Amino acid sequence: MSSEAHGDHGGHGDQVEAHGSFRGYLTGFLLSVVLTAIPFWLVMNNVLDNKQATALVIMAFAVVQIVVHMVFFLHMNGRSEGGWTMLALIFTIILVVIALTGSLWVMYHLNTNMMPGHDMSQMP
Amino acid sequence: MTTADISVREDAETVFYLKDEHDHPEGSSTALGFWIYLMSDCLIFAVLFAIYGVLGANYAAGPSPKDLFDLPLVALNTTMLLLSSITYGFAMLTMEKGRVAATQAWLAVTGLFGLAFLSIELYEFHHLIEIGATPQRSAFLSAFFTLVGTHGLHVTFGTIWLVTLMVQVAKHGLIAANRRRLMCLSMFWHFLDVVWIGVFTFVYLTGMLR
Repeated sequence: MSSEAHGDHGGHGDQVEAHGSFRGYLTGFLLSVVLTAIPFWLVMNNVLDNKQATALVIMAFAVVQIVVHMVFFLHMNGRSEGGWTMLALIFTIILVVIALTGSLWVMYHLNTNMMPGHDMSQMP
Repeated sequence: MTTADISVREDAETVFYLKDEHDHPEGSSTALGFWIYLMSDCLIFAVLFAIYGVLGANYAAGPSPKDLFDLPLVALNTTMLLLSSITYGFAMLTMEKGRVAATQAWLAVTGLFGLAFLSIELYEFHHLIEIGATPQRSAFLSAFFTLVGTHGLHVTFGTIWLVTLMVQVAKHGLIAANRRRLMCLSMFWHFLDVVWIGVFTFVYLTGMLR
């Protein structure tokens, strides 16, 4: 996928940073439009009728779209800067996963011993 | 150090470091350095997302996402940011070809889409505050305004940076330094789009599912 996006730069040598190609940007844009439109459609029209399933599906779409942006817009690949950008990215992803899952896991029972609240849905 | 380097110095005393800095061409490591800055920015957003994830359901008997969020408006907002991303891409492509006027034009279009995004967001914030959904209303709203506001602040600074670079390009043309600066802003701008994917999915769409 990335070799296609960088096809125009074969002659430049490795000193020049790759800025992608017209086709690469257009592919990324069209993919992003589709990957954005589907989650919005799923939620706005309540297509799946199952909230948990919908949440999982739109999360999956977000992950795919982030990868699309990384590849087509940010030109991520294992070779740029001798692989150091990829290494920094992997390190950051590990930290992000620890921070997010750790916080959610640890704080999951945050409200367990609290006084019960009002149920606003019963209000007129 | 390779074996060849060592063999040259065999006659002298053992050398553990090079006294003379080897050659680093101007800006040769800017892309990597800027990337690492973006990764640190990514950690800021990760922390804000974690806060929103933990506190996002604490409404303090106040309004919930369903009462506040307007998905068509968010979709419009997302479109603006996505369009600004591809027009910045076109600016980079014309920059590659050395066409100053076309690059400036694409940068201007990108800036306008950025301003459109900010205007919509400010309109949304203004509306929320007007109906009493202020950051101090509940933990959910504090986390919401901090996360979305930080992203908006990044877009604001990105737009200021964009205008600055347009002035620089107008003054000096597409010299190597300006190309490097435009490349950094390109990474910054696309990165903000990546963060926005997380925002509209995690905050707005899953918020409406609650």
